Amino acid sequence: MSKATTGSARVNGRSADSNASPNGDAPERDPDGADRGALAAAAALPLAAAAAAGGIAGRLLGPVARSLGNRLSADLDDRDPDFIRENLPLSWLISTLWFRGEVRNMQNIPEQGPVLLVGNHSGGNLTPDTIVFTVAFCTYFGVERPFYQLAHNLVLASPVGPLLRRYGTVSASHEHAREALEAGAAVLVYPGGDWEVHRPVWERNQVDFNGRKGFIRLARDAGVPIVPVVSVGGQETALFLSHGGGLARLLRVDRTLRLKVLPISIALPWIVNVGDFFSHLPLPAKITIEVLDPIDVEARFGPELDLDEVYEQITGEMQGALDGLAAERRLPVIG
Amino acid sequence: MRINSSIIVRAPKELVWELITDPAGYLDFMSGITRWELQGDGDVVETPARLELGSRVRMLIRVGAAEVGGLIEIVEYEDCRDMAWSSVTGIDQRGRWRLRDAGKGMTRVELRYSYGVAGAGIAGLLAERVGAPILRRRLRESLQRLKQVTEGERQRREAGARRERAAA
Repeated sequence: MSKATTGSARVNGRSADSNASPNGDAPERDPDGADRGALAAAAALPLAAAAAAGGIAGRLLGPVARSLGNRLSADLDDRDPDFIRENLPLSWLISTLWFRGEVRNMQNIPEQGPVLLVGNHSGGNLTPDTIVFTVAFCTYFGVERPFYQLAHNLVLASPVGPLLRRYGTVSASHEHAREALEAGAAVLVYPGGDWEVHRPVWERNQVDFNGRKGFIRLARDAGVPIVPVVSVGGQETALFLSHGGGLARLLRVDRTLRLKVLPISIALPWIVNVGDFFSHLPLPAKITIEVLDPIDVEARFGPELDLDEVYEQITGEMQGALDGLAAERRLPVIG
Repeated sequence: MRINSSIIVRAPKELVWELITDPAGYLDFMSGITRWELQGDGDVVETPARLELGSRVRMLIRVGAAEVGGLIEIVEYEDCRDMAWSSVTGIDQRGRWRLRDAGKGMTRVELRYSYGVAGAGIAGLLAERVGAPILRRRLRESLQRLKQVTEGERQRREAGARRERAAA
């Protein structure tokens, strides 16, 4: 992990990985032909173009574009253990009092070495499951253990982006994940990303990676185990109604801003929340997370991987665990 | 934040000391403890050993939504009287076992625990206070269990001694 390497990701005010999927896939087309994870790049590009074109607009927007580009570029060195440690009490308070977090079987995560933690994702842009799990990981293993979370570019481009980078959040791409794993870190990835996190509330107990298999290739190439992390409750923090793919197409933001989802939900304090751009006040739903047994992909499935088979197996096991967690819940939100 | 709890155990302090310096017993009598592993030179010590000055233990205790703790080191050791530890990594913590004669073969066992996160500001103070009732309950339960284990062990040993005398 070097500054030079990570610095090379900074290209003309946008991240070189800005077409990356938030699931850690290498830049590639999704099954639906969509470029994912490009929200911030889409926002940065016009600014960068204006800056390059010169003129008043360029002079005004240039710093903004550079700032946005800097936020998106990855640098594993941005992770700050002292900052994480000093903020653990706040995260613990939120996790304990608001979400009544419960994380089980942390001992399933290998004590040392790189590991790819693969989770199902819930709760809109606020992602309470990430908050609860990150607190649990950092207290269990200590802030000294390198731990990175891959996030959508939009998250890192937001005002809280700089804070999240100090927590170890980097924009999602195959390269960033591989770099972190090669450095011996634990990496948390949510293959379902923006698609899964905005699924309707009646699908709250479904694992939905939308066919994204990049995490399997990543684990195989890096030679690290996959540890599935299954959570329940996050999709009860608001009344999520739709991914809003149709709305995105209707408003043509799928072309102008490359937004393939434009989620619609009923959430505080907006009541009707379209896009969830400014996040929302989550309902205090109980979040329960279970860490499953590690999976050595190559040892279990052989050197010639059938990605579809591995994908079905892993998501099937996660769905089974999620069904179990869902069965324990007596009432929505209450848990 | 500092909390403490104490209890009278109907057993000599030597027996109590024997139990609290046995790292293998902590998972049995310490409430909320999910990990208590004696560490060697970077590794977990496989063979059972006694806690002593300089021993390092990786410990975790469930408090609220997380298992909290870290690496601790025994920094004070006075046989059958005091054993104190301090954190090396993880949250800032200090703890102390304090044994004193309570007369008639009984021992007063006190467990003190102080904890916090330096630099955490208001959230840190609030978290300390929110965590205090949980930890206070953990301490009380731990001492109750230690009392049961110790007094059970005393009775077992006394019964064994009686059998040996009868056999002799």
